[in-house]
Amino acid sequence: MSKFNKKKSGDMPAISTASLPDIVFMLLFFFMVATTMKDSDLMIENKLPKADQTSKLFKKEYVMYIYAGKPSERYQSTYGSNARIQLNDRLSNANDIQSFVTSERAARNSDAEPYLTASLKIDKDVKMGLVTDIKQELRKAEQLKVNYTTTQGSVTTK
Amino acid sequence: MAKKRGTPPEVNAGSMADIAFLLLIFFLVTTTIGVDQGINRKLPPMQDEPDVPPINQRNILTVLVNMNNQLLVNEELMDLKDLREKAVSFLENNGDGTCSYCEGTKDGSSSDNPTKAVISLSNDAETTYETYIAVQNELVAAYNILRNRESVKKYGITFSELEYIYSDPASKGDYSDKELEKVGEKVKYIQELFPQRLSEAEPKRN
Repeated sequence: MSKFNKKKSGDMPAISTASLPDIVFMLLFFFMVATTMKDSDLMIENKLPKADQTSKLFKKEYVMYIYAGKPSERYQSTYGSNARIQLNDRLSNANDIQSFVTSERAARNSDAEPYLTASLKIDKDVKMGLVTDIKQELRKAEQLKVNYTTTQGSVTTK
Repeated sequence: MAKKRGTPPEVNAGSMADIAFLLLIFFLVTTTIGVDQGINRKLPPMQDEPDVPPINQRNILTVLVNMNNQLLVNEELMDLKDLREKAVSFLENNGDGTCSYCEGTKDGSSSDNPTKAVISLSNDAETTYETYIAVQNELVAAYNILRNRESVKKYGITFSELEYIYSDPASKGDYSDKELEKVGEKVKYIQELFPQRLSEAEPKRN
């Protein structure tokens, strides 16, 4: 008797894979919905510092983002290697922050305004001089709610 | 039903799964599920500083950070990992014995009671942001430890949770106005037990 007999009498029918696409599509839709695309291309290095006493930021509609850090390598020839601020898609100076805050406020509902928080995404190697400039400008613009955005982790273990 | 001769052949859907997989893998790779969390702080409003009544030196914990990211706490060099403990024992020292919920050592040379204790933080313009955040984190942690302790004792829920419910705009849908008001009262009560008096001096330029 040959070992490779085709079609034994008790053979199981092949499992139907027709529902496989459905399952995969289901997963696909989940990830499509859960994905948040980065809304601005970072032109700076942005490695956030660690902290563990953090609280979650509220929904995106209540948050404005201010980035700061050294320009990334391909922009260093144009912008130099000193730490800069990025608002939306442009590298800016500290005195642009006030108009940025005003335009962010104007883009939102008036009832969202008291909750509006400035999320400061600042590279961990930035010097405090620049951070203080940002804070001063935010105070001038009366945007007092800030969130020092960090990654989760202990500060004492390196 | 018998097949008529004119019907087009059925399209093979076997590769549909492959295409869907391809898309799936693309989204899997590009997804970054929100990592947005951080330390919430409120900046002081821009106005002329009101005249502050003089604060007794023993009620101030001065934290200085220099350009080499070293810490000087009350004139003593200190490691970052000891800062939290130091701040906790400073805040609940209870030197004048008026604070019934404190567990401090009643050291005469440290703060009188939590409502008088001030932490003053100043840093150099050359201090890195990483160190600044680490110091902020430790000081906020000290307040959180004390506030959570009292909150759990009194309400059985940590202060951090209470505060999040109270300040999240989404809570308006989940709780009635009355419940929110109650949560707000609890938050205020705990805040009054250990008011966060963390003052930041502007960094020195040199």
